[in-house]
Amino acid sequence: MELKILDLSFSYNSAKTLDGIVLNIKEREILCIIGPNGSGKTTLLKCMNKKLKPTTGTVLINDINILQMARKEVAKNIGVVPQVSTVSFPFTVHDLVMMGRYSHKGRFDTENENDRAVVYQCLARTGIAHMADRLITEISGGEYQKAIIARALAQQPEILLLDEVTLHLDINHQIEILELVKALSEENNLAIVMVLHDLSLAARYSTKTIMLQKGRIFAYGRPEDVISIENIRDIYDIEIEIGRSSKGNYLNVIPLSIINTEK
Amino acid sequence: MKKKLFLIFLGLGLLLTLLTTLTIGPVWINVLTVVKILCSVIIDISRTWPDNFQDIILNVRLPRILLGILVGCALSVSGCSMQALFRNPMASPYVCGVASGGAFGASLVIVLNASQSFIMPVAFFFSLLTIFVVYYVAKTGSKVSSETLLLSGIALSLFFSAATSFLQYLAEEGELRQIIFWLMGGFWASSWSKVKIVIPVILSGTICLLFFYKELNILLLGEEQAQDVGVNVEKTRKIILVLAALVTAGAVAACGVIGFVGLIIPHIMRIFVGPDHRILLPASCLCGSIFLVWIDTFARTLISPTELPVGIITAMIGVPFFLLLLRKRKKLSGF
Repeated sequence: MELKILDLSFSYNSAKTLDGIVLNIKEREILCIIGPNGSGKTTLLKCMNKKLKPTTGTVLINDINILQMARKEVAKNIGVVPQVSTVSFPFTVHDLVMMGRYSHKGRFDTENENDRAVVYQCLARTGIAHMADRLITEISGGEYQKAIIARALAQQPEILLLDEVTLHLDINHQIEILELVKALSEENNLAIVMVLHDLSLAARYSTKTIMLQKGRIFAYGRPEDVISIENIRDIYDIEIEIGRSSKGNYLNVIPLSIINTEK
Repeated sequence: MKKKLFLIFLGLGLLLTLLTTLTIGPVWINVLTVVKILCSVIIDISRTWPDNFQDIILNVRLPRILLGILVGCALSVSGCSMQALFRNPMASPYVCGVASGGAFGASLVIVLNASQSFIMPVAFFFSLLTIFVVYYVAKTGSKVSSETLLLSGIALSLFFSAATSFLQYLAEEGELRQIIFWLMGGFWASSWSKVKIVIPVILSGTICLLFFYKELNILLLGEEQAQDVGVNVEKTRKIILVLAALVTAGAVAACGVIGFVGLIIPHIMRIFVGPDHRILLPASCLCGSIFLVWIDTFARTLISPTELPVGIITAMIGVPFFLLLLRKRKKLSGF
């Protein structure tokens, strides 16, 4: 499995939101997209699964242009976990995850044994099998996020896109979700692309990091190379200190102060 | 399983409704005779009932009740689909101006003193014309935004209401009364010929809509998530909208403007069976049919020999009941 992005540009109106993006990601890799608000992170994710059509450039999944794939075909290859949204309709967790089977079903197909087995596996894998019959309006934010991940897994995709999945979650749930994502990339051979705001978590969980500034790639590589004092200063206009944990040698980003720049 | 039982229960309810309401009218005919008369159409049964009974059941009450079943089903199923499609609890079958367009068409025929048989096709034509105009206005590129669709629908409704008012202003005494009756909606002019015109439109439209339950469920989670799991949102929206409008246009052409049913029945069913359209759509169809047939039975018997407009009774009985349910079990509906 390989996802390739070749010279991709996108503009909503005249100003370019994305410009000259080139990257590729393979199975078992976790690509983290970081960058300030408005740098094009979410737009890039949306271009990856055909929600937005790039102005120029192409997105290839296993060398097939994504624009030539039907919506259902895209969904079979790419699962998406969006930012936590408000839930108002009282579907059960099971029903929500079953919606992930949509792309595998024809118009007149009803859910069969295989679908139920897949859904159960996904529920079990995300640790929410015991609440299959609970209503999604009555579970916590972390549990809902897991249900959405289970739904994305039920699509049986090769690529998983996650957009700030840890937003609004407490630290325990943040780590639980990210550990799950990491385990999934290894066990299910998934390629993972996620947008994260927390630099320490990005450094901790990604195998590759890409740093965006105004729609362009500012830095791309191993997290410890990308997340450097100089880069952060240039991109976010803040001074930071980078420490290293004694266990596992992970980066620890500590913000110090804002730099006043008169540009 | 419990929910499937609920559907079976509603199905039996509809059958019971059909048989019971056939007996009710200025002349009371007992159930056994009704069943015999119905069977005599298919198999040979020796006649033990007066000839006029045969006529009352088969040519007066049966087409009227069948029309009630079809229209109740049409309004409920399109209301239910539109509410999910727009993710808006206020959406109703008339939201795209279908009813106002149809009403204008019918009024036009009445004012022009054309033959009564033109009312239905002309109403149907204007209903569909309205949808296409609304859709064309709301469409930018290949995208159709639901807000623009709702707004342009409301705007066009207002336009056609004004046009209908203008026709009323021009109309003479007799015509005016006819227009007002049409606007209030009712089944007094039911006939087999009407049933025959309406059946293919409503039945085929309803059946097609029933097969969109997966998409409607997923659309409730929002456009973005629907795309994520593989729904072609633009295409699906277009198809559902056209189907719902077609079915509504059929209902409006048959019996005028009957409010309330398409808005409220889906909400009541949502309170009972939840938001899953696999159950919700057929439940709404059945419940809408039962409801409208009984309301029409009241309408034609309550102050017999004259009748009340159906719309008045639907609102008077339905609204208090709905408000009660809404207060008690709001969170179950999801809206």
